[in-house]
Amino acid sequence: MEHLLSLFVRSIFVDNMIFAFFLGMCSYLAVSKTVKTALGLGVAVTFVLLITVPVDYLLQVYVLGPDCLVEGVDLSFLSFILFIAVIAAIVQLVEMIVERFSPSLYAALGIFLPLIAVNCAIMGASLFMQQRITMPDTNSQAITGIWDALAYALGSGIGWLLAITCLAAIREKMAYTDVPRPLQGLGITFITVGLMAMAFMCFSGLNL
Amino acid sequence: MSILSKANKEALVNPLNLNNPVVMQVLGICSALAVTAKLEPAIVMGLSVTIITAFSNLIISLIRKSIPNRIRIIVQLVVVAALVTIVSQVLKAFAYDVSVQLSVYVGLIITNCILMGRLEAFAMMNKPWPSFLDGIGNGIGYALILIIVGFVRELLGSGTLLNFQVIPQWCYDHGYVNNGMMTMPAMSLIIVGCVIWAHRAYNKELN
Repeated sequence: MEHLLSLFVRSIFVDNMIFAFFLGMCSYLAVSKTVKTALGLGVAVTFVLLITVPVDYLLQVYVLGPDCLVEGVDLSFLSFILFIAVIAAIVQLVEMIVERFSPSLYAALGIFLPLIAVNCAIMGASLFMQQRITMPDTNSQAITGIWDALAYALGSGIGWLLAITCLAAIREKMAYTDVPRPLQGLGITFITVGLMAMAFMCFSGLNL
Repeated sequence: MSILSKANKEALVNPLNLNNPVVMQVLGICSALAVTAKLEPAIVMGLSVTIITAFSNLIISLIRKSIPNRIRIIVQLVVVAALVTIVSQVLKAFAYDVSVQLSVYVGLIITNCILMGRLEAFAMMNKPWPSFLDGIGNGIGYALILIIVGFVRELLGSGTLLNFQVIPQWCYDHGYVNNGMMTMPAMSLIIVGCVIWAHRAYNKELN
């Protein structure tokens, strides 16, 4: 239980997808113009993470790992193709479910819903999960079971949601400031994210 | 017909400056930021992405007429994932240290937006040869930014370039200190921000 909680909090603040690993940067910069759409995309990303990471965990442990299917065969080199196929399939599924049950949310997310498939945060979380399975149990980052994988996925998703909402809020206010012309738009956004990342660096001393 | 007609040359050269994938199209930022603490992984990453963009563009452009429109994203992803798996295995075999430094970011080339962006915008509607050149151009444009950022960060952060000591010892004796801040992830964002600033200030017509 303690390990679950520490994994969850660590993946929100210390191992934040955006500020520590820069994953999902493209949509992070593109969709963070207003708080409302940013929040919607954040929730969608969290949801997709919550399904894909445990599924990929089960695949890695019961299908791809050494000696799983056939004695003496290690299939982990196939993980890239398998993981991306799972992600693409689940994103398609989520798209259909959202379209069926909440047409208004479907319209609000628009093109960004299918684009979650190529959001590096999703693939990155699966690949980090694959790395963390091999860590010793005593390491606070280790993923030892399906519940750990779920806690990690939820934490990463919430961390991403937090980061994109913060940036969108800052950018809404920044519309009123006087920024040098060549720096306007993309340039100043990068520098803002850099400063936010520095602020988040102070969490790295957190000992959980 | 010459090998490089005018349109082909444009496909190759445009992404280097005016249509740079990183600073203009804002594609492939994730890995551009994460692997640039040192120059060596930045160069390897740029090279890998160039090879993968070129060949995935070529393959998709060759089969573009037989891909059903509805499942094209999955077909593209599978082609890219297969190429990335090959590159990742080659790196593990011949440049193990660098592949450890790059860790998950090699796998993340699959979701690098430059690939999907170029496949969707160029390879799906152009002939194989221009697509191949477009892939090389975009890969090099991406590598260029990575090398600039990696150069600044390694020089100021560790005083070395490609692990050779560049800043002489007497500077340190007189009180010069490496800027540890540069090796932190946060600085790469700010340096890319400054590169974009310089690029837009230089190319005035972009404003």
